[in-house]
Amino acid sequence: MKDFAELFTRVDQTTRTSRKVAALTAFFQSASDADKLWCIALFSGRRPRRVITATVLREWAAEQAGIPLWLFEEAYPVVGDLAETISLVLPPPSREEDRPLSDWIAHLRTLSAQDDAARKVGILAAWDVLPDIERFLFTKLLTGGFRVGVSQKLMTRALAQATGIDEAELTHRLMGDWTPDTVTWTSLIEAPDPTAALSRPYPFYLAYQLEKTEEIEPVSDWFAERKWDGIRGQLIVREGEHHLWSRGEELMTDRFPEFATLKDFLPDGTVIDGEVLAFADDAPLPFAALQKRIGRKTVPRKLLSEAPAILMAYDLLEQDGTDIRAQPFDVRRAALARIIGSLPDGLPLRLSPEVVARDLEGLTAERALSRDLGAEGLMLKRRSAPYLAGRKKGDWWKWKVDPLTIDAVMIYAQAGHGRRANLFTDFTFAVRDGDDLVPFTKAYSGLTDAEFRQITAWVRKNTLQRFGPVRQVRPEHVFEIAFEGIQSSTRHKSGVALRFPRMARWRQDKPVAEANTLRDLHEMLTQYGS
Amino acid sequence: MARDPVLTFTEEGIYCPAGDFHIDPWRPVPRALITHGHSDHARPGMGRYLATRAAAPVIRHRLGDVALKTIEYGETRRIGGATVSYHPAGHVPGSAQIRVEVGGEVWVVSGDYKTVDDGLSEPFEPVPCHAFITECTFGLPVFKWTAPDILAAQINDWWAANAAQGRISILGAYALGKAQRLLRLLETGIGPVFTHGAIENTNEVLRAQGITLPDTTRVTADFDRKAHPGALILATPSGLSGPWAAKFGPDRSTAFASGWMALRGVRRRRAADRGFIVSDHADWEGLNSAIRATGAERVFVTHGYTSVFRRWLEEQGLEAHIVSTEYEGESLETAEDAA
Repeated sequence: MKDFAELFTRVDQTTRTSRKVAALTAFFQSASDADKLWCIALFSGRRPRRVITATVLREWAAEQAGIPLWLFEEAYPVVGDLAETISLVLPPPSREEDRPLSDWIAHLRTLSAQDDAARKVGILAAWDVLPDIERFLFTKLLTGGFRVGVSQKLMTRALAQATGIDEAELTHRLMGDWTPDTVTWTSLIEAPDPTAALSRPYPFYLAYQLEKTEEIEPVSDWFAERKWDGIRGQLIVREGEHHLWSRGEELMTDRFPEFATLKDFLPDGTVIDGEVLAFADDAPLPFAALQKRIGRKTVPRKLLSEAPAILMAYDLLEQDGTDIRAQPFDVRRAALARIIGSLPDGLPLRLSPEVVARDLEGLTAERALSRDLGAEGLMLKRRSAPYLAGRKKGDWWKWKVDPLTIDAVMIYAQAGHGRRANLFTDFTFAVRDGDDLVPFTKAYSGLTDAEFRQITAWVRKNTLQRFGPVRQVRPEHVFEIAFEGIQSSTRHKSGVALRFPRMARWRQDKPVAEANTLRDLHEMLTQYGS
Repeated sequence: MARDPVLTFTEEGIYCPAGDFHIDPWRPVPRALITHGHSDHARPGMGRYLATRAAAPVIRHRLGDVALKTIEYGETRRIGGATVSYHPAGHVPGSAQIRVEVGGEVWVVSGDYKTVDDGLSEPFEPVPCHAFITECTFGLPVFKWTAPDILAAQINDWWAANAAQGRISILGAYALGKAQRLLRLLETGIGPVFTHGAIENTNEVLRAQGITLPDTTRVTADFDRKAHPGALILATPSGLSGPWAAKFGPDRSTAFASGWMALRGVRRRRAADRGFIVSDHADWEGLNSAIRATGAERVFVTHGYTSVFRRWLEEQGLEAHIVSTEYEGESLETAEDAA
């Protein structure tokens, strides 16, 4: 695993994309096929299944380090990463052993069939022969998400450089539900079998937020539609089977059984990009209705009738088995409209209506209607543009409505994890209610690193009380909280739940007395709530 | 009548009633015994100062013309009813632990210390005592310092790799102690070494008192980076992240040297290319071995992970207390300042 540790170290030691890609490319040029395949799997979110609970691992690590468990627990939040804490407290290895990455993964997978005593022996033995970074990586594979500053995009770019295969083509080959057990390096990368991947989706094209309206002029070059607030999905019908993928490359087919009927009506070789929405009486239901269905693998009948789902179709990517992504949007859209137009009524598939406007003012006025229509804003697509892969500027823009905002008081703070360990980044906010402060939301993002450092120094000095990792702080600082939606909630004392809350600004200019009140919050619920 | 403790903890700092003096006080007092020259230990405004001969030049450089007397390591001096002596702390050149004996009872104020020999400071010597006052900046079992030979290899490899690509290397470290310690690890055959003004000022003071350091050149406003493609620049922590660093070119490689670099999260927030794990404070094992070596039954912990470390010491069978001071140790905030 030395070569993989070397790769990790080089990637971890720099913030520069070019150096990360160079390190990955070097690995892809020299590692074995099995190691390359695992490297791709790890950096595309396909880590081996977890075999040991974190609780047991920390007990073994503390025992091996000769420290009490409470001391381990004190050190963990300072380090901010369980695998790192474990590898730091353990005594140095008694000897070193260099086995390939794929070998170590095989080793930890054999543990899943064993009892706890045997697992312990197997893990302690591994810790005892792995020096620092290798030990950290091995433990990381045991404990959780393998997020180490390498995006799938970066990994794919390096893979393209190492193999000479086009990056977009590789992105497509890496989609779908393969694992290192179901493919080989050759079948996945070098000579993909076209029939082997009937369920394989295309990479999603994602848009940036529109910053300058000049980008979408003349308006006649652009197609406008609503940006619906659901789950972006890709529906695939091939050889009589259907598959529904989320943007996060998760297969959602079984969660939305209502789409099964579509495979009987759509021609084979059809792939549609759209938005999964809970939908009734010709209008989308609030996101909260769909949310009830997201976490469920199977759907009870009651929920199916309360929150029936449809696919609001945006785009056609494959027609009659042919990839048509390179065709202009107008052509794809016309083909999509023809397919949907030929379907009988009552199917859970609709064409996302075009928003017609003559000029920018017209579009602006349409955008202002978004919230009332249950949409997040507008999507603008250049009529002549192909369907690209990933987040790209220029041909597609999302033009979301401005978020709702409220000024709130920070009352609790908690340190983050990983890169944010030791830094207070997770805050609870309250609105005023007479002399009381009523908590109503948490927020983690929106401040700059410098602001997080500043507020961290302040929290350290202004802690009133500690509840485990949570600190109650002096109610002194006001933040503008931005959010996308508001709904009533019985789970929260304030009676509301927010969608996508984040810190828009630190209002250092505002005293607590000028923060918003519970009454203000409830007025927003009446006006925008669902 | 109950006897006064040998040392008490007051608002001004650590105080010896029998000798009527303070040790490393943070408010003005008539008589201050100083462990070393860092600014959280040697502060301005004291009536009289006493420090080791080796620590004196830096203290004079930083505090100006103060009433400072010096003492040799191991020399005993009677102050009022107390007997006082200074013993090497291994922290920076001239740094001392201060031993105070009153009526046969011995207390030791360790100031800041480390147990590894850095090749620059007088190596740490354990001083047997009844009560030991210690910092615990790095009082968690996740802090283990890199061995000096490996550290030297890491730094020189990084520098050599940059030099081979014509890239300037900038290494950030505290101006007193750490900077000079790193200087002595450098293989000067790799390229020329330049220094930030604050570091060079300290170098001059230390050279004048007979400490040998490799040749260094002060970075001046007209520094021409094209003329020194493989240079290494020793910078202060703030210099590393400020506009000062921009003159070394967009392709420069930055590194920061601190005990906090043991933590990947801090290392990544620092946004330097490299983080070298090196501290002038004791690591977990260093703290524990130092405390054991004193044979002390009572331990007072001053700054760092005090509540955790106290609990740990109590489980080891020691009587442990936390005292609140204004010492800062190796600051996490400094380690975190974004580059």
